[in-house]
Amino acid sequence: MSKEELEKKSMEALLRIATSWYDQMKAGEIPSISLPTRTKYNIEFDDTSEVWKYGDKESMRTAASAKSATHLLKMAYVIGFVKQQLLENRSSTLREMYYISEGWKRAKFGAQEESNFLIEDLEIISEVPREGFHLHPEENGASIYGPMKIREETRRGMRAIHCQDDVGQAGYTIPNNVENIEFVEHDAQFVIALETGGMYDRLIENGFDEEYNAILVHLKGQPARSTRRMLNKISSNWNLPVLVFTDGDPWSYRIFASVAYGAIKSAHMSELLATPKAQFLGLQPSDIRDYNLPSDKLTDKDVEALNAELTDPRFATEYWKKQINLQIELGLKSEQQAFAARGLDFVTKTYLPARLSEMGVI
Amino acid sequence: MVLADELAKQQRSISVAEFFEKNKHLLGFDSPTRGVITTIKEAVDNALDACEEAQVLPDIFISIKKISSDIFRIIVEDNGPGIIPAQVPFVFGKLLYGSRFHQIRQTRGQQGIGISAAVLYAQLTSGVPTVIISRTGAKEPAYRCEIQIKIETNEPDIIAQQPFEWDRIHGTRVQIEFKSTMSAKKKLLEYLRYTSIVNPHARFRVELDDESFTFDRVSHEIIACPVAIQPHPHGIEFGQLKRMAAASDLKVHEFLVEGFSRVGKKIAQEICDKAGLKSTRKTKDLSPDELKALLGAMQAVAVPAPPTTQCLSPIGEDLIRRGLDKEFQMDFVAARTRPSSVFSGHPFMIEAAIGYGGKLPPEGNAIILRFANRVPLMYQQGACAITSCISNVNWKSYNISQQGLPTGPILILVHVASTNVPFTSESKDAIASIPEIEKEIVLALQDLGRDLKLFVSRRDKNKVAEDRARAVCAIIPEIAAKVSEIVEKPLVDTSPIEGRLMRKLIAKKWTHDGKVTIELNNYTAHEGEISLYDISHDTAEDALPKADFVSEMDGQYTKVWKAVILPQTVWHVSYTGKGGGLLEIRGIDDNKKMVVDLDV
Repeated sequence: MSKEELEKKSMEALLRIATSWYDQMKAGEIPSISLPTRTKYNIEFDDTSEVWKYGDKESMRTAASAKSATHLLKMAYVIGFVKQQLLENRSSTLREMYYISEGWKRAKFGAQEESNFLIEDLEIISEVPREGFHLHPEENGASIYGPMKIREETRRGMRAIHCQDDVGQAGYTIPNNVENIEFVEHDAQFVIALETGGMYDRLIENGFDEEYNAILVHLKGQPARSTRRMLNKISSNWNLPVLVFTDGDPWSYRIFASVAYGAIKSAHMSELLATPKAQFLGLQPSDIRDYNLPSDKLTDKDVEALNAELTDPRFATEYWKKQINLQIELGLKSEQQAFAARGLDFVTKTYLPARLSEMGVI
Repeated sequence: MVLADELAKQQRSISVAEFFEKNKHLLGFDSPTRGVITTIKEAVDNALDACEEAQVLPDIFISIKKISSDIFRIIVEDNGPGIIPAQVPFVFGKLLYGSRFHQIRQTRGQQGIGISAAVLYAQLTSGVPTVIISRTGAKEPAYRCEIQIKIETNEPDIIAQQPFEWDRIHGTRVQIEFKSTMSAKKKLLEYLRYTSIVNPHARFRVELDDESFTFDRVSHEIIACPVAIQPHPHGIEFGQLKRMAAASDLKVHEFLVEGFSRVGKKIAQEICDKAGLKSTRKTKDLSPDELKALLGAMQAVAVPAPPTTQCLSPIGEDLIRRGLDKEFQMDFVAARTRPSSVFSGHPFMIEAAIGYGGKLPPEGNAIILRFANRVPLMYQQGACAITSCISNVNWKSYNISQQGLPTGPILILVHVASTNVPFTSESKDAIASIPEIEKEIVLALQDLGRDLKLFVSRRDKNKVAEDRARAVCAIIPEIAAKVSEIVEKPLVDTSPIEGRLMRKLIAKKWTHDGKVTIELNNYTAHEGEISLYDISHDTAEDALPKADFVSEMDGQYTKVWKAVILPQTVWHVSYTGKGGGLLEIRGIDDNKKMVVDLDV
């Protein structure tokens, strides 16, 4: 969808909501709106798109109590604000909108989460991602380094950028709004998404991207929406394998899960944000054993999280069962940078080539 | 034999005082902190009992002063009948000496250990004798007495006793010094506060170092002093029977009729027959075996329950409510006094109360106030039958959350009044589990639970209605304004929604650009003849229409308009001002009106 189409769609969707309230009140009815129930009990796995989405449970919000009426009032103010933003071709962060709401009297937000939640509601009703409202998240996206060329429409004109030749050592920074990026060409075999900056830098320094024609993506921990959207777009535009390389602990496996399957908070956007083809590269519990990596003992919380993952449908595969059970048995976890114990080149010269050929990527 | 001789040399009787010295915990003196509370508790109990006997409204003064790093001076002074000088040494200087132990009626103190235990504790920790000043009337001089206890013999040791110039006409003042800390200050104030709740006729003045507190009386009615009754045949033990028999000159059937409550000639004869005793025998000649047979017969024969009205002194539902109201600001209070009942021949009566909302802490376990014979029980809440009864009630069926104890802004008071309160131990902190008592407590609480449920559901219903009115009258118009602006159409009118939903007389007040407007919409089917009261800092001098009546108090102006508003019409008034304040409509049923301040 082009930028113009997206804007048209979001403007239409917002006006549709406002018009329906106008008509309800004109008919002497209390304005209301129906929303999907946003709890984990209303999340279903969609077999065709292979991502987690909201189910069809809905709840009705009617302005018949002070709380619900205030919620609708806030929504009306946000719709008015977004309409203005689209007309003037301006954009703002969620935090900026939260501060702008200071002037909305009764409709002002009590906390940032409240405005975030309301935007998610609007995304769901209108089926337009927040980028279409010209709202973008606070944190800037992570970075990319590798043999690929994109064109980005910036405020100062169209820029063509090659993510090895035209960028500094830290790579190309993923913008908040990925929708404006055009994917021109690439020379890559696969994509590796890395949890830590240390490992990202290590691979660049060792020239791994050139040697193996790899696109490197730094996730910066739990990845932001724009990072996930970027991975989704690279994967779908160029049909490249996406490999996720994180630390070897239960929390990092969840990073992989949100890249591959989507998160509860953004289940309504899963089709846009998740990359179902993403594969888990490591660090696997079996690597801790096989490479005898320096490790820490699992805490009670870690074990609890691992057990929870054993019952999580997103981890219901033979591979994960085996790895998680092995980890509980070992009682150990390791960071991806623990490979440094075997020398700084070990990860790029030995581990990754071995693991990638095992996975059939090279 | 040699060993037995050796042992015999070491065997000797133990004085009560010596026993206590080694078993302080039994009497509530296990720590210096607790010692303060126990002492004040015993002194206050005695003072209240004495005032009750003398039929005066108790005025009790309590003072605690630190006089060196760990020694505290405690003074408790009352306006009771006083104690005659000859008795003072025994009351304060001998353990297990008292007037109430042998009587069967509701009293606070019972065993006669209490205050003399404090004297002993003072002697053991500070070595300073206890000072008592007492006066029995205007014509008598006051006496000042310094006392300790002879530990080996449990006899009073009078250090000094002489007449004393005292400004009180009658009363008693005790001054005790012992080792303690003030860490129990909160608990102590709690104790006094609770005591004042169940003794609404008493006033307490407290001085703690430099702070002073007053717990005032809410009732000026002197409570009737409970009258002693005779023991009931079902509530007596062998030792007591033996003592009574030895002291009696009467024949067995006379002894039974005279000495016990609810025993008439017929029942006395029945008891004698059952015991196989001739009713004309002298009671004091009965052998121990015959007494045992008599006791068995007394307990086997059916005897009506003992009389309860005179020997018990319930607080009463009204006074409990007033007492609670005074100390806790709550939205709801209900109290119950159950009919009296009997366990093992002892009369008892349960009173309970529930408070809800107001300034009670909104979360956490309910506040529990336990009382026995008008004395607060401050320790061992978990071991007390009252607590287990509260936990055993299914509060969820009264829409109150519960985790063992009920939780939320709830206060529960239970008072057990009896001629013989069954405690779990001598320190009198917890009530023992007696099925008859537990049953009564649960019944009282269930009854109160139903009252509370009704209150909460009514309140919630009002809340929902008010909440809806706010949504419809204040917020929906704002939604309408914003939405109309977005869709670029004329402002949609929301008053039909208001009318359809509310079917009431609605008063709205709002302030805009220094102008206050009050609008009355009559959405009912009837004409409303009402008075509108508007109380705020605005004078409303330029009001149109002019107010029918204006009065000023402390800078607040009360404006009153009288109006007749026909069905489906609107009435309004506006004036220059800042708004706020209070708005009220009178002359129409509560459920037919709604007041909304749109500025809030």
